[in-house]
Amino acid sequence: MILVTVGMQLGFDRLIAAMDTLAPQLGTPVIAQTGAGNLQPVNMEAHPSLQPDEFQDLMERCKLVVSHAGIGTVLNAQRIGRPIILMPRRANLGEHRSDHQMATCAQLENRSGIFVAWEVGQLGEKITQAMAYVGAVPAHSTSADDLRASVARFIETGCL
Amino acid sequence: MLRETFGRYDTRFATTDMAIGAQHAAGSVSTLPDCNKDRPFDALMCLIKAASLVLRLRPHVVISTGAAPGFFCILWGRIAGAKTLWIDSIANAEKLSLSGKLAKHTAHQCLTQWEHLADGRKVAFRGAVL
Repeated sequence: MILVTVGMQLGFDRLIAAMDTLAPQLGTPVIAQTGAGNLQPVNMEAHPSLQPDEFQDLMERCKLVVSHAGIGTVLNAQRIGRPIILMPRRANLGEHRSDHQMATCAQLENRSGIFVAWEVGQLGEKITQAMAYVGAVPAHSTSADDLRASVARFIETGCL
Repeated sequence: MLRETFGRYDTRFATTDMAIGAQHAAGSVSTLPDCNKDRPFDALMCLIKAASLVLRLRPHVVISTGAAPGFFCILWGRIAGAKTLWIDSIANAEKLSLSGKLAKHTAHQCLTQWEHLADGRKVAFRGAVL
């Protein structure tokens, strides 16, 4: 199963419409969390919002996540070892107040297990790339180890 | 992500979302009302609730990733004599959050999770959760 999520707060119909079009060709069910969008998908099981435990259950059950560039979802997918495809919301299309998701995608693009579809036209090829990554062991983050060590040092000494 | 680091200490969590609190840290969670700069009344209520929480718990250390409710906890923690650490959310890849910009003048230490946002003075980079 592929899980599509756009967060609980805003709609992102551009991503939902593109995934609804692609869904019949993907060879696996697609479940979408559609947020406050107006589009009713016909090829995907759709839920406007989900409780955290329901959402987590879908995250665990899916092979692959397709998402807006929400950092919480990226962290969640990385923690449980699911490849994730990000498509950034754009301010000029009214999808968010700013283009910060573009910046997030630019920063995350080359990390292990994270794929970026800058436009809807790239979603198909990114799904193929990400599918090849399913089940791969996620690279251990030494950066997270460094951050933990710094926080532990701060708690004990007040220095970073 | 930092659970192992906190595991050795008596840790209390404050969140604006009880559902998330229940999922991650059952038993030691308090809720604060959400607020932002566009809703001054909510912000005032949150400021008061944060004061009541921090002054009741009297923590030795206050750590927050934001946003406004977390900043209020840092502020009251600093006033109450706690060591205070701001870790700006990794969501802020372009610039420090608004609450982070306030927190860098308020907290004892301020971390960003993006190396290019460290300024060599008040804002440091020591790694990221990803």
